[in-house]
Amino acid sequence: MQFREEHEIHSRKRSMNRGVGLVLAAFVALVFGLTVVKVSNLDFSEMPGAEAPASGAEVTQ
Amino acid sequence: MTDASINTQVQDGEAQFGDFVALLKPRVMSLVVFTAAVGLIAAPVPVHPFVAFCAILFIALGGGASGALNMWYDADIDAVMKRTSKRPIPTGRVTPGDALALGLGLSGASVLMLGLAANWLAAGLLAFTIFFYAVIYTMWLKRWTPQNIVIGGAAGAFPPMIGWAVATGGISVESVLMFALTFMWTPPHFWALALFMNSDYEKAGVPMLTVTHGRTSTRRHVFVYTLLLAPVALGIGFTSIGGPLYLAVATVLNLLFIKGAWDILRRDEATAEADKYRVEKRFFALSLLYLFLHFGAILAEAVLRPWGLGGW
Repeated sequence: MQFREEHEIHSRKRSMNRGVGLVLAAFVALVFGLTVVKVSNLDFSEMPGAEAPASGAEVTQ
Repeated sequence: MTDASINTQVQDGEAQFGDFVALLKPRVMSLVVFTAAVGLIAAPVPVHPFVAFCAILFIALGGGASGALNMWYDADIDAVMKRTSKRPIPTGRVTPGDALALGLGLSGASVLMLGLAANWLAAGLLAFTIFFYAVIYTMWLKRWTPQNIVIGGAAGAFPPMIGWAVATGGISVESVLMFALTFMWTPPHFWALALFMNSDYEKAGVPMLTVTHGRTSTRRHVFVYTLLLAPVALGIGFTSIGGPLYLAVATVLNLLFIKGAWDILRRDEATAEADKYRVEKRFFALSLLYLFLHFGAILAEAVLRPWGLGGW
């Protein structure tokens, strides 16, 4: 059986697919990185619904 | 039909990845990245390095999106002009529909992601910049008025303001002056280009000042706008982002720029044609250096500040 010779269009499509794949992978990495940075810088005490310190936890002199 | 019988010429829609990158005008993007980064770094509020990186990337992608929309709408003009005839749409490597889809998709994604990564003022400014370049400049002003460059220059002037907004969440006199610097620089920069690329614009029917008012008037305009640019550039030196280094760089550059514009003003067409627009080309090259060094000096002041060297 004879394999068909690869046409220029095939290599063009492969370059396109690789490029789009890399862009999508980079986008996922960016969103993941942003999420990590945002969550680690979050001040949870200022979140709505955050519990106020219990009265028993007051520091006595 | 076998593969071998497929026409070997470039087919519509059979673009390579690089053709889509070319739609984003990478050279313009590099200016956007640089000025946005300077605006962000010069701001008095520190930003997490990863957030700063993402914000600049999304600003650059927004700029690229407006470039793709510009190429989609201006494909007819681009095909006529020598300078732009090799772009992906006129050569048939990318279909107009694909360019439009890329432009619109990237516009939405970049604005949304900037809003999520930084803040919604910065995202709103980016959205306005894309709208201004694609609709106000490309679709309206460019084909209608010889002042197209003057007003359209605002689109290219927003990135440092967006970078500043990413860091501070606001607008201030410093960010407005950085905007004004690029805004006032654009007319002399492009009119100098038009002086030695006039036939291109004339062929495409773009009402550049050189086509509608003639070259003598364009030379006057270059000189007047260069004079108006100088106080803006020097004014930055007296704000919180300026300093002795910036002021020294700005003084030298503005003297050179005014001298270049004066040389352009004094020349007539016969002299310019005789030496193939040597002075105009030199002024154009100087204009690139002018903007780069002004923003470079703002960056240097910001970088030196933690060591007590930058600023006043």
